[in-house]
Amino acid sequence: ASKAFSLYANIDILRPYFDVEPAQVRARLLESMIPVKMVNFPQKIAGELYGPLMLVFTLVAILLHGMKTSDTIIREGTLMGTAIGTCFGYWLGVSSFIYFLAYLCNAQITMVQMLSLLGYGLFGHCITLFVTYNIHFHSLFYIFWLGVGGLSTLRMVAVLVSRTVGHTQRLILCGTLAALHMLFLLYLHFAYHKVVEGILDTLEGPNVPPFQRVARDIPVVSNALLNTTAKAAALTL
Amino acid sequence: FADLADMSLSGDITVEGEITVPVGAPSPDEDFSTLDEPVRETIMRDLKAVGKKFVHVMYPKKSSTLLRDWDLWGPLVLCVSLALMLQGGSADSKEDGGPQFAEVFVIIWFGAVVITLNSKLLGGTISFFQSLCVLGYCVLPLTVAMLVCRLVLLAGAGTISFVVRLLVVLAMFAWSTLASTAFLADSQPPNRKALVVYPIFLFYFVISWMILTFTPQ
Repeated sequence: ASKAFSLYANIDILRPYFDVEPAQVRARLLESMIPVKMVNFPQKIAGELYGPLMLVFTLVAILLHGMKTSDTIIREGTLMGTAIGTCFGYWLGVSSFIYFLAYLCNAQITMVQMLSLLGYGLFGHCITLFVTYNIHFHSLFYIFWLGVGGLSTLRMVAVLVSRTVGHTQRLILCGTLAALHMLFLLYLHFAYHKVVEGILDTLEGPNVPPFQRVARDIPVVSNALLNTTAKAAALTL
Repeated sequence: FADLADMSLSGDITVEGEITVPVGAPSPDEDFSTLDEPVRETIMRDLKAVGKKFVHVMYPKKSSTLLRDWDLWGPLVLCVSLALMLQGGSADSKEDGGPQFAEVFVIIWFGAVVITLNSKLLGGTISFFQSLCVLGYCVLPLTVAMLVCRLVLLAGAGTISFVVRLLVVLAMFAWSTLASTAFLADSQPPNRKALVVYPIFLFYFVISWMILTFTPQ
């Protein structure tokens, strides 16, 4: 019984972070796409966890949809496990890493605020992946990647810049975050995309062995994918 | 007080009421003890309770039977049958491309726990196991959809069967979400219902997606 009570005590610690209204969540979702250029005064970050948590779960659901439609075969692993691990790993891992960097660079941000900021930044990822998993045009993906991904990254960068002093520190912090955020979107798109297979087959012809999409070596696969996609895009342009 | 003392000593006061001395009759405790009844009676009572809750899920009126006497037998049976039916749906017979049994199990229970925690954190008045009970029972329409999908797939795997399966799964998904919302949303503050319904929607969406993309070898 004492263990049950300690569980409920832990839940109560999280309670203030879930105290939101639907209108607030909606407003924050829209705000996460609008960079604010106020850099001389620390911008306000809402320290709530409901929106980010729901966005991470939504990203998991969208990833599942994408993996299924692209017929990804995962050996020695499971689809659900991969999706959940990727999304939660990104959210928690990158938040902690940027929080650590912020500690080194003397930026004024707490862990909950960082989690919240990055979580809402995933809204752009969700929109992009949702659209591009259903409409398979490469140029459309690049437009969305730069536009939508860029906007949400700019918003996070602006918030961090407003809370950091010193040019080097701002550069380190914001450069890292921008790079990780944009690269994550690129990774999510290319690791689970089936149109690439079609392009490869039509361009290279029967000399190349059929593309083995074994997801155990996903980094190697996505590198190969990136190279051949860039080649294919250059050829088609 | 002298009069009272006289009255109590006279001993001729009539008192209303009954006194029974339980000699050989069962004590009040044994009336509620179910240890002595035959096993069949116990099982039938539990089965009837589970069956009544299934009926309540299929026709969700705003009754509180599901909430009052929660039990987890129904959700367990549904979860196990759904996980068993999702077996054998892989592209390669040696490796498992489809969801493993443990995966489905963990998704359903972990998802239900997360939704329950979420609704409690948002200020809900429902208890932990009551919410688990409701979410588990509302998987029933999706289990029915899985059964129908398997039967349809026995007939063939073409476009028509896909459309039929899509419609069936969509209908059952909507039914599940509406049924669980009917039971759970009442326990929330009125302006936060949307915040509680959305994770339930996602949860049943993931389960429906697993059902829809099931392709047997």
